[in-house]
Amino acid sequence: MSAAPARSAEGTRLPAHAASTPPPLPDASVPALPRGVRLHHDRVRQTWVLLAPERVLKLDAVGLAVLERVDGARTFGAIVDDLAAAYNAPREQIAADASRFLDGLIARRMVDLAR
Amino acid sequence: MNAHAASPSSAASPRAPLALLAELTHRCPLSCPYCSNPVELTAREAELDTDGWADVFRQAADLGVLQLHLSGGEPASRRDLEDLVAAARDAGLYVNLITSGIGLTRKRLEALDAAGVDHVQLSLQGVGPAMADRIGHYRGSFTRKMEVAGWVADLGLPLTLNAVMHRHNFKDLPETLDLALDLGARRIEVATVQFHGWAATNRAALMPTREQAREASRLVLEAREKLKGRMVIDYVPADHHARFPKACMGGWGSTGLNVTPEGLVLPCHAAQTIPGLEFWSVADHPLAEIWTDSPAFRAYRGTDWMQEPCSSCERKLVDFGGCRCQALALAGDAAATDPVCSRSDRHADLVAAIDAEADAPAPEFVWRVAPR
Repeated sequence: MSAAPARSAEGTRLPAHAASTPPPLPDASVPALPRGVRLHHDRVRQTWVLLAPERVLKLDAVGLAVLERVDGARTFGAIVDDLAAAYNAPREQIAADASRFLDGLIARRMVDLAR
Repeated sequence: MNAHAASPSSAASPRAPLALLAELTHRCPLSCPYCSNPVELTAREAELDTDGWADVFRQAADLGVLQLHLSGGEPASRRDLEDLVAAARDAGLYVNLITSGIGLTRKRLEALDAAGVDHVQLSLQGVGPAMADRIGHYRGSFTRKMEVAGWVADLGLPLTLNAVMHRHNFKDLPETLDLALDLGARRIEVATVQFHGWAATNRAALMPTREQAREASRLVLEAREKLKGRMVIDYVPADHHARFPKACMGGWGSTGLNVTPEGLVLPCHAAQTIPGLEFWSVADHPLAEIWTDSPAFRAYRGTDWMQEPCSSCERKLVDFGGCRCQALALAGDAAATDPVCSRSDRHADLVAAIDAEADAPAPEFVWRVAPR
């Protein structure tokens, strides 16, 4: 995976906070797992993983909870509502966490976004 | 694979492997002079049959393997490739098809799609027929590859282009990235040639210059940033020009295994170049036992085998002393520090030799020949 520091198009280094907290995904956007990316239960290691071309991503409970709701139909807003209800947590916090997680996958082409 | 942090894997109880590379056959229509297959190729009659491979796939999944790479030679040279893909998916594996495209038709690709192939990795020898057909030593290969890439896109399968780079085609790196985008590739591997198998024979004909290696790294970093979210670029830099060696296989016997066409299980595709290593076959032993106990896997697993300067090096769990096969080829001792490492006492000699090779006119290629 790229270890390159975050840079703008002009090649100047962005401040760390600007690189790590992009604006949250729009509520109306629809995340989807593209063909070739799938959830898989690893029965040997007793964990859930996301399988993608040349990548194995071990999922924690939060990552799994988000991706289980990514079906290419539900909007990001609906996913966040559902998570907030299921975990009885502040919507804003859930939206920020889920957005950061999905953004990382979008950058690696492991999640696509239909707006 | 790189999502998992490296941690010491003791010789006695290794962690479960994540990936298995199945060299289904050594047969291939192309004759690339950097082929990673051994110089001694396996004949068709000796290849494992369909049931033999299906059994390997089931055992691999039971052992903890998640990703299966179907490779060769050219896997499409196997008439039962569709059955092998189906058997691998039945076993619960993620199936990556590594192909030159030659031997695939639209109909076969549809059948492979139906059988459940997860991802197609298409090799690219050049950005046009002149370079591609020359390197592959096969007229019409480029045109066919472009056709195959179109079918892959039509079927909606994820595509990776696998571009092996060397002194003759490094100049085309920007066009290589553009071509991958045009073909709708989600991912590209820009892999500087690794000097094993036939590439070791052709080292002087392939060795990039220091300047080419530097420029490639610069271009890749720039393109990665520009293409984030559009195309993933995995990059294998020229390790002969690096300060530290690549962590071959992420540590010997720690992450993956290779099975040869006849069913020998290797820690890496070049391991048979190391004399005296004892490889076990799937015909004689269960795969789990081979992974844990076979002499070839135990030989360089962990760090106990290391010599100085590796054994007291703070990077020993980062790069594991580099590549064992390269240490043998360049230092004459598979347990030595890979001479690619700047801390090897042979490093200066290696650098002088490769710089001389890269600066001299390129000799003719020795083409890979077909198996008997």
